[in-house]
Amino acid sequence: MSDQTVASRNLADPVARRELVSGFDASPGGSKPDSILLVDKITRQFGGMTAVDVEHLEVQRGLITALIGPNGAGKTTFFNLITGFDRPTSAGKGAHWAFDGRTLDKTSASSVAQAGMVRTFQLTKALSAMTVIENMMLGAQNQAGENLFKSMFRGSWRKQEQEIEAKADELLARFKLYEKKDDYAGSLSGGQRKLLEMARALMSDPKMIMLDEPMAGVNPALTQSLLGHIQGLRDEGMTVLFVEHDMHVVRHISDWVAVMAEGRLVAEGPADTVMSNPAVIDAYLGAHHDTDLGDDALLSDEAFEQIEGEVEAEREAEEEQQ
Amino acid sequence: MDTIQLILNGMMREALSPQTAAVAIAVIGLNIHFGFTGLLNMGQSGFMLLGAYGFAISIWHDLPMVVGLLFGFGAALIFALILGAPTLKLRGDYLAIVTISAAEIIRYVGRSALLTDFTGSAQGIPGSQYRSSFTGLSFFGSGSFTLIPFNYTDVADGAAWVRVLGWAIAIAIVVVLVLRLRRGGAFNGIAQAALMGLLLVAGVFLLFFLFPVPNQRTGVNGWWVRFVAWGLVLLCTFVVYLLVRSPWGRLLRGIREDEDAIRSLGKNVFSIKMQALIIGGLFGALGGIVYVLPASVQPDSMGRSLTFFCYTALLIGGAATIFGPVLGAVIFFAARIGIKYTAAAYVPDSIMNNQQTEQFSYIVVGVALMLIVIFRPQGILGNKRELRFNV
Amino acid sequence: MVRGVAGLVLALLLTPLIALISSGAANAVDTLCLAEADKTACIAGTLRTEADVVPDVTLTITGPGGFSEEVTTGETGKWNVQVTEPGAYVVKIDEDSLPDDVVTDHPEVTINVGRLGATQAATLDVRTGSYSAESSKFDELVQSTVNGLRLGLLLALASVGLSLIYGTTGLSNFAHAEQVTLGGILGYYLINRGGLSLIVGGILVVVICAFTGWFQDRVLWQPLRRRGLGLTQLMIVTIGLSLALQYCYQYFVGARTVRVVQDNPEVSTFGPITITNQSIVAMAISVVVLAAVGYALLRTRIGRATRAVSDNPALAAASGIDTDKVIRLVWTVAMALAGLSGLLYALVTNGIKWDTGLQILLLLFAAVTLGGLGTAFGALLGALIIGLVVEISPVLGMPGDFKYATALLILILLLLVRPQGLLGKPQRVG
Ligand SMILES: Nc1ncnc2c1ncn2[C@@H]1O[C@H](COP(=O)(O)OP(=O)(O)OP(=O)(O)O)[C@@H](O)[C@H]1O
Ligand SMILES: [Mg+2]
Repeated sequence: MSDQTVASRNLADPVARRELVSGFDASPGGSKPDSILLVDKITRQFGGMTAVDVEHLEVQRGLITALIGPNGAGKTTFFNLITGFDRPTSAGKGAHWAFDGRTLDKTSASSVAQAGMVRTFQLTKALSAMTVIENMMLGAQNQAGENLFKSMFRGSWRKQEQEIEAKADELLARFKLYEKKDDYAGSLSGGQRKLLEMARALMSDPKMIMLDEPMAGVNPALTQSLLGHIQGLRDEGMTVLFVEHDMHVVRHISDWVAVMAEGRLVAEGPADTVMSNPAVIDAYLGAHHDTDLGDDALLSDEAFEQIEGEVEAEREAEEEQQ
Repeated sequence: MDTIQLILNGMMREALSPQTAAVAIAVIGLNIHFGFTGLLNMGQSGFMLLGAYGFAISIWHDLPMVVGLLFGFGAALIFALILGAPTLKLRGDYLAIVTISAAEIIRYVGRSALLTDFTGSAQGIPGSQYRSSFTGLSFFGSGSFTLIPFNYTDVADGAAWVRVLGWAIAIAIVVVLVLRLRRGGAFNGIAQAALMGLLLVAGVFLLFFLFPVPNQRTGVNGWWVRFVAWGLVLLCTFVVYLLVRSPWGRLLRGIREDEDAIRSLGKNVFSIKMQALIIGGLFGALGGIVYVLPASVQPDSMGRSLTFFCYTALLIGGAATIFGPVLGAVIFFAARIGIKYTAAAYVPDSIMNNQQTEQFSYIVVGVALMLIVIFRPQGILGNKRELRFNV
Repeated sequence: MVRGVAGLVLALLLTPLIALISSGAANAVDTLCLAEADKTACIAGTLRTEADVVPDVTLTITGPGGFSEEVTTGETGKWNVQVTEPGAYVVKIDEDSLPDDVVTDHPEVTINVGRLGATQAATLDVRTGSYSAESSKFDELVQSTVNGLRLGLLLALASVGLSLIYGTTGLSNFAHAEQVTLGGILGYYLINRGGLSLIVGGILVVVICAFTGWFQDRVLWQPLRRRGLGLTQLMIVTIGLSLALQYCYQYFVGARTVRVVQDNPEVSTFGPITITNQSIVAMAISVVVLAAVGYALLRTRIGRATRAVSDNPALAAASGIDTDKVIRLVWTVAMALAGLSGLLYALVTNGIKWDTGLQILLLLFAAVTLGGLGTAFGALLGALIIGLVVEISPVLGMPGDFKYATALLILILLLLVRPQGLLGKPQRVG
């Protein structure tokens, strides 16, 4: 346990992280020294088509791992499988996956979340006919008032309710949604819904959070603050696994990248080296003949850093005003 | 004027009838299913029939009333478990199909000649076989009385203007009440609550003044059963209020919106839906018991149509509201009788005979249900923004 | 949109007035016996053989206090008598009044009237001359298998349409059963009352039903889809429509059973199987029509388009299929099929009532769910299975009253192990 605390303190430091990942086995499915999620032989077929066929995958605790791959590579299906929203075709035939030492082969989606692995959805699932704060309060675990018998007696849950609301307020403030607290979630913009969904997932204090394309459809400035949040979570010791198509984002925040193509895990490695892996280029070229991952312009961070600078300046200006 | 008074009297009598209260209780249950949780229970009449059978058969076979109640509720509980287990993990339509079928099966089985000793087959169980233990509890005495002995005939000889004025005031009170309820938080604060209570009592008194309803005290269909039935309606409404303002109620609404999202937050959706199905089903069973108290257990009077009437009442009042079910049930029954009597009074017999006025009123009910769902899905009290239907 | 709905509402509300014009001739109503509490009781029954009801048979009822009365069975085989005293009554068949091909081994039954104010059922044992009561279990099984196939085929006609509508629009149409009833009732009006021949009348019934499908989609469903009504809302609209239609039928026809053709059907016998000629023709028609629908779905352009819309409406629309047109066609065909099913059902079961459709609604839903919601061929398969189960289960010892319960039991068990139905596909999450 003490090992881990040392590690998590170190992991806020980029140099320490780089040092850590440089020791990883960079082959697809390579082992990690302290893996929180472990997946074995998981396949899913739809009719004759194999959507997911992952032989082995490990995710290191306390890092940000990106899962990338062309459209239809099976990333969302993979998320569904390990979070209990779908059952692998290989169930009972060697499929095995475990989170934080706990086997999840037969666990329902809700128990997976209770175990500390919480996900968001590619197509946001904000509860649009409920208010933002109600959305948030649903995220908290172990609420006494959610028990049918206790629910009728307000005294038994009032105090906990206040605590949860205070926590929700804090998170909303962090995600710049506090002003929208009493609005219906349906009135939020697409990007705000992504934020709400992330904030709601965090209400349960997860050990690991799985984000399915958290930046899709979010404007660059908002992307910035989202990325900031995600890094903040990691620095607090949370493990993050996220799916993303934007290579800049991937390069910018992920410590480790896993690449899927046609359902298979084809490569793993640190962000800057994995892009030049021939298997990855192959996978993407197979899907998009017009894209050249080797093109430096595509991978250049300049444009990105420029926006980042602007946003930073803006935020500082704002803070000064207050 | 006298015809109108007659029709309105009839509507008042129907609005007040214990069977209206019984359906209101069943609708309160349906509101938990459909309104708050989004469960498409198309077999509420099955829950009602089971409650009624459990209650009536036990007492008929000389068991005490408490045991009868337990059997009624127990049957509904088991019914909910059997129907819920295979369907609550699936898309909403499956529950609808299975519940509507199961409710019909209960009715067929109840009608079966094989079970004559228990269910009385198609003829059902006459009320006299089980009612006495309930009427025995009455402390209302015997004889008959009118709730408020003072009525419109006592003022200016019941002149037309007295009545018209009374009706106008009554309508005004109803409108004010409805508007306040629609705004939400109508009972917040002592002053508000007192004002609402006052208006409510005044309105009820005014109605009794305008439409005096004489009834027996305890008899088959008297004040005693009305008192108990409406008392239960109030109690059930209060229980639902307690339930839905709690975090449990929040979970129900979350499930109605998107159960995958709730699942991803670590809630056991299946268990919560099952709880909702059971609670609503128990209300249905209670409604069924009250429904047969002043009548008899007739399987055919508790078929699919009754479920559909429950939906109509719920949607008139407003799904996912506290008072919607009660308001909806009262309006539904009063309006139907109003239509029937009006048709009987003003349409010549050669065009529509007595039987056909009854059927005509139900045709109107069907059409009204369609129109409400299309043009005003939130009903009278509902909140348009909140109420989106989701399967 | 508003105009369409208003038109429909007007049509529904005006129907009683149209009744005025059409309800000229009085109908022969089976006389009704109403038991009055503490005054009278009724003894009633339906005289039927294993094949059909037997009208115009004289029965003599004798009882306490010198009670003696003669009654004649009505055109649906029904008879009843009112008595004023409790006690034992003897019902005796006048064997001379039986038709030539009907015989009885027990011409008398004794009925105990326990209390006044109730109706007591009396069953008299009659059978066709060729029928042997000792027919073996196996023969019974064969017979009920044929009956099951017949029911299954009729159910299939209706459920294929139900399933296609579900597939293309996502709607569970609760008013589908009323369309089945409509077929039978139109048959009664056109053929029995209107005097059209069975073939002309039958074709007309199907055409009218097809038109109601087209019309419904034109004035109701399409506008509501455009308005963006949710599926649950639409489903409740179908419930309202179902209610309104049910009571419309009662308004016109009343609560009695009406027949499409007056004369009793002729019976053919093949080994252990006894079957009316009408049933044979009905089964043949069903098979031909179902085959045609299947062919159209698999081989024609519009059929493939339909399946494409069922699979994925958005994708189908994006690839240039006019989904509205497909859905309109589906409604038209589905309603025509349901009407045909109702007409045939009324022919083979000797009559139709306002709630006949409702009685088979749950069989339809069971069939559709069993096969997999939204798959036309699944519905066909499901309907056949349900038909067989319903008819065979009594032979295997299930009490006749519970035969529908067996269908439901199968449905529930199936949902536990294979929720998507026999031919369905699982849903996608996320
Ligand atoms: N329920 C389903 N039925 C049939 N095919 C499915 C289903 N779900 C996913 N698929 C198929 O599986 C493959 C993988 O889909 P998935 O959604 O996992 O891709 P993805 O990697 O998340 O893509 P994207 O980056 O575009 O989100 C796709 O080809 C998809 O068509
Ligand atoms: Mg995806």
